[in-house]
Amino acid sequence: MSFINYASREINCKIVYYGPGLCGKTTNLHFIYSKTAPEAKGKMISLATETERTLFFDFLPLALGEIKGFKTRFHLYTVPGQVFYDASRKLILKGVDGVVFVADSQEERMDANIESLDNLEYNLREQGYDLKKLPFVVQYNKRDLPSLVSIDEMRRELNPSGVPEFEACATTGEGVFETLKAVAKLILIDLKKGK
Amino acid sequence: MTTPQMVMFETEFKQLNYILEKLLREANAKVIFLVDKNGQLISGVGETERFDTTSLASLTAGNIAATGGLAKLIGEKEFSILFHEGEKDNLHISIVAGRVILVVLFDSRSSLGLVRLRVKKASEELSEIFENLARRAEEKEKSGESDFPFAEITDDDIDNLFS
Repeated sequence: MSFINYASREINCKIVYYGPGLCGKTTNLHFIYSKTAPEAKGKMISLATETERTLFFDFLPLALGEIKGFKTRFHLYTVPGQVFYDASRKLILKGVDGVVFVADSQEERMDANIESLDNLEYNLREQGYDLKKLPFVVQYNKRDLPSLVSIDEMRRELNPSGVPEFEACATTGEGVFETLKAVAKLILIDLKKGK
Repeated sequence: MTTPQMVMFETEFKQLNYILEKLLREANAKVIFLVDKNGQLISGVGETERFDTTSLASLTAGNIAATGGLAKLIGEKEFSILFHEGEKDNLHISIVAGRVILVVLFDSRSSLGLVRLRVKKASEELSEIFENLARRAEEKEKSGESDFPFAEITDDDIDNLFS
């Protein structure tokens, strides 16, 4: 849940990047970090193994600017994608305001995408959230690689409800900011409704 | 949604900081932080400028979440106090009112016993404030009254954030 501080005139929101192992969640955050002005970002924290697989989470705080005199801050988190880190994933979803699902566009990863999306829905439900009511966007990542699944097919499997979706290549940054903007916008619209 | 939205008002914020300042003095601590369980920093007193408070808040919440997960695995509700001992500095982390995390950083000028004692008293006072806040938020919601600053934002406001 967002945290509104009338005393310091700040509003804080939490965005979680979800998806199967090695789909590029951390790469998304790295790109955002590298392209954000120093005054707008905090330190990026990665709790990763020696082989740079996310162990617990990555964290990147961003200050986007002011709305109606309130400083707007977004805290970006990634989850560990590997199946056996499910207990950690659940913890990171606590208090989430918006979710980005990063899908791996390679054909051989489609099963992993579907499993991860199911897992997301399940873990959210366990915490009392409904993915359909949550600000949610889908990113089709790794569009630069061979053996791609077509967007139509990915949409059918991963985005049947038609939430905002983006093609991306997180290593070059294509689609990364578009994805972030879309989810941030959905969160702010949600806040506007006073949810 | 599971937890109601956390809202902080000026009056309560001042009260919180008053208690934190008092705890800082009485426990001889270096810094004290109050963090939401979701990882958002609520307030900090003491030598806060020496620390990356945002990261500290997020890692503390992660830490509490992970130990909470451990607690559940062994059949405990939660571990309400964590203590990390370093060469010079130590961290005393405790859960207040089931919802917020109180972090006290102290060195050899204080002791674990003193910190524990003072934290216990401060926790009771802090709990009262958070209960008040929760009540106030609930009443507001019931009455349908909205002085919410974001109620009147326009699409342009949102777009401007990204320009």
